[in-house]
Amino acid sequence: MPRLSAAIRHRIGFKLNGKPVSVEAEPRLLATDALRHGLGATGTHVGCEHGVCGACTILIDGAPARACLTLAVQLEGREVTTVEGLAPAPDRLSVLQAAFRRHHALQCGFCTAGILISLEAFLREQPKPSEQELREVVGGHLCRCTGYTPIIAAALEAAALLRRQPQVLAAESIDV
Amino acid sequence: MKAEVISWTGQSVERVEDAALLTGRGRFIDDLGTRPGTLHAAILRSPHAHADILSIETGAAAVLPGVVAIVTGRDLAKLTTPMVAGLKVAAENWPMAVERVRYVGEPIAIAVAQSRYLAEDALDAIEVAYRPLKAVVDPVTSMGEGAPVLHEKAGANLVSDRRFRYGEPEAAFAAARTVSVSIAYPRNTGSPMETFGVIADYDPHEDVYDILANFQGPFSIHTVLARALKVPGNRLRLRMPPESGGSFGVKQGVAPYAVLIGVAARIAGRPVKWIEDRLEHLGAAVAATNRVTTLKAAVSAEGRISALDWDQIEDCGAYPRAPEPATLYRMHGNMTGAYDIRHVAMRNRVVLTNKAPTGLVRGFGGPQVYFALERLMQRIAVELQLDPLDVIRRNLVPAGAFPYRTATGALYDSGNYQAAVEQAVAGRLAALEKRRDEARAAGKRYGIGFAAAVEPSVSNMGYITTVLTAEERRKAGPKNGAQATATVSIDPIGSVSVHVASTPQGQGHRTVLAQVVADIFGLPHREIRVVADLDTGKDAWSIASGNYSSRFAAAVAGAAHLAATRLRDKLALIAADQLKAEPKQIGFAAGAVFAKGNPGKTIPFGRIAALCHWSPALLPDGVDQTIRETAFWTPPQLGAPSESDEINSSLCHGFIFDMAGVEVDPASGRARIDRYVTMHDCGRVLHPGMVEGQIRGGFAQALGATFYEELAYAEDGAFLTGTFADYLLPTATETPDIEILHIETPSPFTPLGAKGVGEGNCMSTPVCLANAIADALGASEINLPLTPAKLAALAAGPEQAQPSTTRATVSVARPGDRSLRGEGEARVAAAPEAIWAMLLDVDTLASIIPGCHGVQKLSDTHFKADVTLGVGPVKGRYKAEIELSDLDEPRAATLTGSVSGALGTGGGSGRVTLTPDSAGGTVIGYAYEAAVGGKVAAIGGRLLDGAAKAIIGQFFAALARRAAPSKPGFFARVFGRRA
Repeated sequence: MPRLSAAIRHRIGFKLNGKPVSVEAEPRLLATDALRHGLGATGTHVGCEHGVCGACTILIDGAPARACLTLAVQLEGREVTTVEGLAPAPDRLSVLQAAFRRHHALQCGFCTAGILISLEAFLREQPKPSEQELREVVGGHLCRCTGYTPIIAAALEAAALLRRQPQVLAAESIDV
Repeated sequence: MKAEVISWTGQSVERVEDAALLTGRGRFIDDLGTRPGTLHAAILRSPHAHADILSIETGAAAVLPGVVAIVTGRDLAKLTTPMVAGLKVAAENWPMAVERVRYVGEPIAIAVAQSRYLAEDALDAIEVAYRPLKAVVDPVTSMGEGAPVLHEKAGANLVSDRRFRYGEPEAAFAAARTVSVSIAYPRNTGSPMETFGVIADYDPHEDVYDILANFQGPFSIHTVLARALKVPGNRLRLRMPPESGGSFGVKQGVAPYAVLIGVAARIAGRPVKWIEDRLEHLGAAVAATNRVTTLKAAVSAEGRISALDWDQIEDCGAYPRAPEPATLYRMHGNMTGAYDIRHVAMRNRVVLTNKAPTGLVRGFGGPQVYFALERLMQRIAVELQLDPLDVIRRNLVPAGAFPYRTATGALYDSGNYQAAVEQAVAGRLAALEKRRDEARAAGKRYGIGFAAAVEPSVSNMGYITTVLTAEERRKAGPKNGAQATATVSIDPIGSVSVHVASTPQGQGHRTVLAQVVADIFGLPHREIRVVADLDTGKDAWSIASGNYSSRFAAAVAGAAHLAATRLRDKLALIAADQLKAEPKQIGFAAGAVFAKGNPGKTIPFGRIAALCHWSPALLPDGVDQTIRETAFWTPPQLGAPSESDEINSSLCHGFIFDMAGVEVDPASGRARIDRYVTMHDCGRVLHPGMVEGQIRGGFAQALGATFYEELAYAEDGAFLTGTFADYLLPTATETPDIEILHIETPSPFTPLGAKGVGEGNCMSTPVCLANAIADALGASEINLPLTPAKLAALAAGPEQAQPSTTRATVSVARPGDRSLRGEGEARVAAAPEAIWAMLLDVDTLASIIPGCHGVQKLSDTHFKADVTLGVGPVKGRYKAEIELSDLDEPRAATLTGSVSGALGTGGGSGRVTLTPDSAGGTVIGYAYEAAVGGKVAAIGGRLLDGAAKAIIGQFFAALARRAAPSKPGFFARVFGRRA
């Protein structure tokens, strides 16, 4: 990584949801602002800008990270996954997303992107999660609408479905 | 007229909103494109709770790169008028401080620049000179003698004092025993995950403001905004984005920012966008009112209540901003709760304090009222040695009494409270009592709590005028009703669209409206397209429009039902004409229109529906058009307050009965909710999944209000809870699962029989849990939030139960303040004379003060500095002033200083001594005493002491390097020790 100068913009290149992208960033530009306003990936939301609410959670090289506590320049050369990258196709939902819809696990949907990202990463590591483990994971996020219970129910169901038929269900279709 | 076939309504269909939200395609305000050249605003806010603004220097900020305009309160005052308030008080409601600041976080100036980053840079360069004034944060103190007056023109901080009397309360109290409770209900807020946002533009030729904001209504506020902006209503086009990330009432508070950003756009000559950050939101968006209540009951030996006496002191913060004091009056018709009590005395006072203005927050007045009322029910049981559930049962409104007129004027539409209570307790209470008895036998502190509450919904737009006297109301003209509106339209291929002015923030209105309208036309719900983003320049709306007072299911869905039914009835006339049948024979089902009893006579729905576009000549006599129908609906039951102040403050009255088992660990103060049962009657349920979502969400917010959340202020008015690390929201690990039960008594006053359900648990849950904890700990006085420290103190014994709630005396220690003391010494390899000269030199100081951005010399002994200091996790920019006195050159001097910044304030003094050592160097000794307030003070003494030591250490290390730069690796041992 070259030495950065505060006064100039640097061109940052990384992979966003599998596709190479590049964006100009001052060193102080937050990853959230680069993703949302630089690249138009507005699915990642900003709820607190101090790392507590979790709405901005993205995957950097597969690991969940708070995009609001990450500088855009830190994404250089990384693989970034945002909520836009979770569904298998533009007109479909992932197994987890479909479970969220079935269980009314979202209302306003503002915090949802971050929760989906954290669960996506966790379910990959732990395909047989207990309710308590899921509560711990979702406990890293603030949701003000749902009271969390439907989120946990959706995650439990998605985990069970993914264990049963991961390939078939990954292509579950969205019927809206 | 009722639809023949009802199939979708009442089902938990999947929401049409969800796919977009789950895939990152939501369209929240910050996700929408803006016009090229749109500028960005950042807002400078007051670090003082109360101060006169002496000057605002914007010159340096205005010339920074990318900065287009700096807007101050004076600029604002030239283009606008103060916002109209509900109270007739001589307090000017400016959305940005003009001459005086009255709360921490009050807007002072707006920087408008090419990016948000540049706008925030500009804020740092604005110099504001303040004359701090004494602040008052406690409402009782604020009413008292000698309290600083916030608005001098108003004369006092007590801005409304009304007494009410219904029935014969004096006689009832004279004839019965009195039981009372005193409550100090804290401030909290809904804290939606999406903050406020406004994008504004101004057309100087047409004098039109075009403002996009995630505002939630009520649109009575549109009139307030238009007047403030000095334009007629048709020149304020207020638009809402398709999605809004939660509100819980709070986004009513976007309104003042619509004025600020509108004016900023006018001054900048370009569109301006502003997105609030979380610190701004917690500190200055909208708080629920904190309230001091004394409630007395006249009660018989059996626990039957004959009269209530309410004394409520409502704290609306620094400005009585519309629609306040609505929080105090929203419940006016329901002040007897679920109980049949015919005599009521009431005194309502509204007080201003140096805290952020209050407004709509989920529950809106209900939490404050029910916390007192249901604590009182529990106290009656304890004091009269009765079963608490029996006390509730004995006082419930009788099942056969509906519609029931309360003493204070509400008309309870429907209910069967006894049935609801008995269904909830059946089997469950016995099990709960068993768990309690087992826990207690094992030495645990376990209690059971109950709460019964009437949940009002669909607010009467006239209830707020109850704050005025009957004579004042006569002068102002009557206000009443709750106009709801919906538009249903049919396009040239017969597809159906619905448009409403309900501004949802995640509740799923589009899904429910599709269900309701689909049932009328006999269509699949997925074929109905619903648009819920409102544009006041084009769409149907009225003052009651918006999403508040849980009015959607009862009022908006009802209006959509009405509009669709009108269109359907006209289509039936067309179909009857075409099918040669009687209109009353025409049915709509499965996408077809048919004549009942004659299967041969069927036409596709689209054919009949589109006819009016293509062949209007075929319309039968008496049918004007079937293209678009806009229904306005207001219930006749919502009249203006009567001469004797009776008011039907809401149209619908749902019922809730909650029951909880809670165990408290006396050592840690941790409360564990063992069981929670919540029984609801919200009339007809339109979508069970969404109703459950409202209940679970309301419960979680109530859980926060019970245990974690308080918008806290220090006694000097410093705001202490500006982050989610300070203002704690419950997470998945703290939120238990609950049992939800329903009975349905449909409302006879609403088109679909539905009532609101969105706010009930915010009213019932905090007090239900408090009652359980009171039972567990044998405590009598309980105030929220029940933090572990508070619970541990309550568990330790009744003698330390609670401080008195009359709070007339100011406590000795200022809870938000931290005193710091320290002393130490440092060795520097330069003579005292050289050190002395360095300490008085501006350039040297600028280079050695940690985080210093520049020092300004006001006189030989008076300096001003601009510094960035980090204390623990909180890093912020501060203005510092330092004065030197008691100069004893070159041996000693006293330094007195103060710092202030958005994150807090500090002040202190120290004596510095310079003593030559044997090696030609100097031993610098120092001793200091300082106090800090505000946000940084909330960090805690250990971190603060550590930070003070570190900063002083850095200062002397830099001084040592500067004094002897030629000696690399020079010995500059810096140490300090705590006194």
